[in-house]
Amino acid sequence: MSVLQLIDVSKNFGAIQALHEVSLTLEKGQVVGLMGDNGAGKSTLVKIIAGNFRPSHGSLRINGQEVQFHRPIEARQHGVEIVYQDLALCDNLTAAANVYLGREIRRKIGPFRLLDHSAMTRRSGELFKELRSETRPRDLVKQMSGGQRQAVAIARTRLSDPKIVLMDEPTAAISVRQVAEVLNLIRRLRDTGIGVILISHRMPDVFAVADRIVVLRRGRKVADKMVAESSPEEVTGLITGAIQAA
Amino acid sequence: MAVSLEETISRQTYGPIGHLLSHQTFWVFAAAVVAFVYLSMATTTFDTSANLFNVARNCAFVGIIALGMTAVIVTGGIDLSVGSVLCLSGMVTGMMMSWEYPVWIAIPLGLAAALVCGLVNGILIAYVGVPPFVVTLGMMSLARSLAMVLSGNQMVYNFGHDHAKLVALGGGSTRGWFLRLAEWIGPDTPAGSFFTWLAGMVFVPNPAVFLLVFALIFGFAFRWSRWGRHIFAIGGNEQAAELTGVNVRRVKVSVYMLSALMAGTAGILQVGWLGTITTGMGTGMELIVIAAVVIGGANLMGGSGTAFGAVVGAVLIEMIRNSLTLLGINPFWQGTFVGTFIIVAVLFDRIRHNREAIVEAWQSLFRSSKG
Repeated sequence: MSVLQLIDVSKNFGAIQALHEVSLTLEKGQVVGLMGDNGAGKSTLVKIIAGNFRPSHGSLRINGQEVQFHRPIEARQHGVEIVYQDLALCDNLTAAANVYLGREIRRKIGPFRLLDHSAMTRRSGELFKELRSETRPRDLVKQMSGGQRQAVAIARTRLSDPKIVLMDEPTAAISVRQVAEVLNLIRRLRDTGIGVILISHRMPDVFAVADRIVVLRRGRKVADKMVAESSPEEVTGLITGAIQAA
Repeated sequence: MAVSLEETISRQTYGPIGHLLSHQTFWVFAAAVVAFVYLSMATTTFDTSANLFNVARNCAFVGIIALGMTAVIVTGGIDLSVGSVLCLSGMVTGMMMSWEYPVWIAIPLGLAAALVCGLVNGILIAYVGVPPFVVTLGMMSLARSLAMVLSGNQMVYNFGHDHAKLVALGGGSTRGWFLRLAEWIGPDTPAGSFFTWLAGMVFVPNPAVFLLVFALIFGFAFRWSRWGRHIFAIGGNEQAAELTGVNVRRVKVSVYMLSALMAGTAGILQVGWLGTITTGMGTGMELIVIAAVVIGGANLMGGSGTAFGAVVGAVLIEMIRNSLTLLGINPFWQGTFVGTFIIVAVLFDRIRHNREAIVEAWQSLFRSSKG
């Protein structure tokens, strides 16, 4: 059974048709690369899955069950986690504090519920180890490399045992060496059985890590095929419109 | 690389000493200690109990407000209305008492007036999105004007039948409490005579006791409460805090209410100490408070600050003021000293954190001035 299923999803903002009857499935432990030019509808699609927008038509199913999200928190409760493009990190806090931001572990002492710093440090250390990232929980995010920052943002998604992780341009603003690190992080998410949707402009990254590629153009899905059956040339053609559909 | 992943993850970047040395607050604290030692040796008047008593009491008002201001500044905001809220809160309390209401009604009403000011500030800033500078600038004018309307711009110095209680609260010291305790236990019992002895030995002005208690509560809340974690997150990256599920608006309202509550508390204590209120009380105080917070190591851009730093900043400013008087230096120099200290403390911090950037900026300045 597909972990995520979109059926004929359309979205219009007034007269603008941002998405036009897009259907999409995501299997357990699969990485889907979502590609398209600026304005193709990638972000709109992701925001619908993440609960920021509601679709104008069509429906969403998670594990075969139809769902409707009114707010991002409801998507999170259904096991959808997002890694935002700018990572949504606070530079002035430690890695552990960032991982647990908004979901702090607290311990009851007398009438107070106090932050359990040691538990948060220990458990985020464990998460970094799982992700095989050399990230120290007590370090300030300010001092970290792009790859480490990405690890912090990804570790956050691991707190809730998610089914689906949406990653918005995770390799856009980091160095070549750190890209390899981030792609490894994505593979580790996949290995634990999570379905990953990777939104990216960078063709090599998508081909390196994705199992399937979905191309959007002007709000329509124009391709949905296995990476092995496609090529960067074909995808480029699909994105620009040189190839109509595949 | 013989270091395992596990070791790397569990390692800390700073040891405890490195951590200490990397903070502006530590250096300002060191400066305060040096100044204290120097003044004790250079003058015969500084380390007398009477003078230290005065220093402790005078810095307490600024210190109490600085704690609330620290919470605001940590979120990246500013509260310019504290001086006026101090006046309004003191005025409400004073006027109620002058109309013969008991102190236990007048003080909560004074604090309530302060909280309403903070609530209005907070709602306009968090929910309407007006910049904090503008909102609190408006409130600064508004609150003082209300205090003038309330009193008819008259000096108030008669606080009804509870006059003595208010004066004892603001102007008293731990001596009074210990003596009362001794009397309650019975002055002839061993415990009673112990407290009588203690009263003679230790006397801390009440406002300083309040400062100490509030500083402990704030320091504790900043580090151990979820609220504390969230104010730092908001100051670091407000959008990130919002996206990760922090209730940014509610936290923002809370810091402005807290800041106003601290200003109100200081106002009531100050009225008790002075035994009189004028509508000019607390004029310009917001700037001294902000100076104390900044000297103590908070960043006006948000995201950093400590309760300890706020107290140290307040103490240092009062020590500068006090020592200039004792050393016989014209008090008009005060502003120069405090101003220099603000700039030097922040500059020092900048230099340590981005040495290279500053060298580069300096070089480019030099180049452009030549070319």
